[in-house]
Amino acid sequence: MKRLTGAVVPLGAAFLAFLLGAIMILSLGASPANGLSAMLDGAFGTGDRIAATAVRATPLLLVGAGITIAFRASVINIGGEGQIIAGALLSTTVALVIPDTPRPLLIPIIILAGLVGGGIWGAIPGVLKAYASVNEILSTVMLNIVAIQLMNYLLRGPLIDPIEEGTSRIPQTQRLSDNAALPTLVDGTRLHLGVPIAILAAILVYLLLFRTPFGFRLRAVGHNPDAARAAGISVEKNIVSALGLSGALSGLAGVILVFGSESLRFVTDGSSAGFTGSAGFNGIVTALFGGLHPLWTIPSSFLFGSLLTGATELQRELQIPNALAIALNGLIVLFVVSSDRVRGWLDQRLDRSMKKGGGQ
Amino acid sequence: MSEFFTVSVIFATLSTSIRFAVPYLFAALGETVGQRSGVLNLGVDGIMLLGGFGAYYAVLQTDSHILGLLVGIAIGLLMGFVYAFVTVFLHAKQGISGIGIFLFGLGFSDLLFQELVGTPLPIRPLPRLDQLPVVGGLFEPLVDVAVIGPLLFDHDLLTFMAFLLVPAISWLLLKTTFGMNVRAVGENPQAADSLGVSVERTRFISILIGSTLAGVAGATLSLQLAIFQQNLTNGIGFIAVALVYFGAWRPRYVMAGALLYGIVTATRIRWQSLGIIPQGASDVAAMAPAIVTILALVLLASRVRGPAALTKPFSRH
Repeated sequence: MKRLTGAVVPLGAAFLAFLLGAIMILSLGASPANGLSAMLDGAFGTGDRIAATAVRATPLLLVGAGITIAFRASVINIGGEGQIIAGALLSTTVALVIPDTPRPLLIPIIILAGLVGGGIWGAIPGVLKAYASVNEILSTVMLNIVAIQLMNYLLRGPLIDPIEEGTSRIPQTQRLSDNAALPTLVDGTRLHLGVPIAILAAILVYLLLFRTPFGFRLRAVGHNPDAARAAGISVEKNIVSALGLSGALSGLAGVILVFGSESLRFVTDGSSAGFTGSAGFNGIVTALFGGLHPLWTIPSSFLFGSLLTGATELQRELQIPNALAIALNGLIVLFVVSSDRVRGWLDQRLDRSMKKGGGQ
Repeated sequence: MSEFFTVSVIFATLSTSIRFAVPYLFAALGETVGQRSGVLNLGVDGIMLLGGFGAYYAVLQTDSHILGLLVGIAIGLLMGFVYAFVTVFLHAKQGISGIGIFLFGLGFSDLLFQELVGTPLPIRPLPRLDQLPVVGGLFEPLVDVAVIGPLLFDHDLLTFMAFLLVPAISWLLLKTTFGMNVRAVGENPQAADSLGVSVERTRFISILIGSTLAGVAGATLSLQLAIFQQNLTNGIGFIAVALVYFGAWRPRYVMAGALLYGIVTATRIRWQSLGIIPQGASDVAAMAPAIVTILALVLLASRVRGPAALTKPFSRH
């Protein structure tokens, strides 16, 4: 029965959020039924749209899988945005320096660069927390700000597209090497190599967390640091690893955002969301909704990817701003994190009524 | 270079610094009360955005700044009820539920802005003290006092309220029964509970105070800038949360932190306009406050102890 309430509660939370979404659409003067059908059409209407939804889900899945590692070790990583940017910056720089490297070599290299860039950006708050007791929530938020400014500086300066320099100065790189472009998997759609890479990454995170001694130690630290320490596990090292790995996966999301994009450029509007689409925050929602389990994060990311592509269609068809999707994500976070205690009450109720009914 | 160091330029920059510090100050003072009671609210930025939009929209419609401020207060209070319910009664994890509030505020304020306003129409700027009706005349001679006058009196009323709030919050936390309860439930809720202090009620009210001030902070920002746009705060709310740690949970140090942020921001803008910071390096210069904050946290973290029960939900068993 516990398993049942475990599934009912997040779905109930999503249902409540969508109900509020319907009320918002209604109060904006549109019909919620039309809204829903526009969203479904936008997310799943054609093969191409399903592919676009999967592509939108990819950074959410990677960030989300990283979040599960951090949260399982009881560290809160709010630095997804900065880590995505760090991974994207390092991999873009590498692709600009060695553009003529053959594709089978260049793609693994840029992926590695992204993992390293994001990993470093994640490990910094890890080190600060483990060895200087700096609250990781604050340091990750501050490092987001630093990464955004670094991105703006590099994309308006050293990395700027030579054509943009001195003209409109849009912060973007030139078109990057075709050898670094993530290959398309299904012709005529935008489905690219990044999608299976992200799914594979989520499966690897699952194996790492639940099937290796390393994952066991990480979770032990998250569960009870004092007991873990008493058992000879280094709490400090595991905190750094958890945040570093979490950051590395976000960095990989940054690689996929750049090298899976149609324009094959690193482009922003000067804000973090202008590049990441707020994936660093939405990935947290994705992971929470997937119960902080790497495998459940896969369908969860697809759901939130469809919310994003659906919201784009909602804006096009019914002129409802797609900011609605972000507001709904916020509500879903609130409902999901509030549900633990509600779930406890539900379980108690169920236990009691089953005893009364003389059931199993 | 020398142009920057003339007395009048320095004082003008300081005067701007004071104004820039105000949204940080309101938000961080509110967060101080909440954290002293043991509750971290990471949603400040989202509440600021909602309060900021509400105040902007009210002024756009009615041209009344007082009404704008009241709308900001009401929105802050409302979001406070939501956050307090979620954290105090449902025991939601505070770091994450704050992100929920932030995302909701970010998205919903943008949604409302696009739907109700669309293009950023400017509103009537906030009057300075000497421009106020009735009492304005009293301040005119003060503003005219050389150097000090513009520095201290060439401000709007909200700026004064923010700085008056510093001793007021100190007094509330240190000298009143309520403040004693706040500190008690933030340090040792079990002990406070056994002495008959209601942990839930105390935290609930503390969150309401914090959230209301976040709403005021957002209203101040949009009224001072006389504009609203998507993500107007650009992270001010998050920095305000950091300022509470920075200020070691004491209102006067929190104020010092807010002023430092104001000075750094005002100086950067002034130096950019004077060409001391080259155009290309302005983004690098904008990193400075965040890096300074991280360094300050590194220096302070091992020396200063926060409320012992911070982020820990309370239940009676």
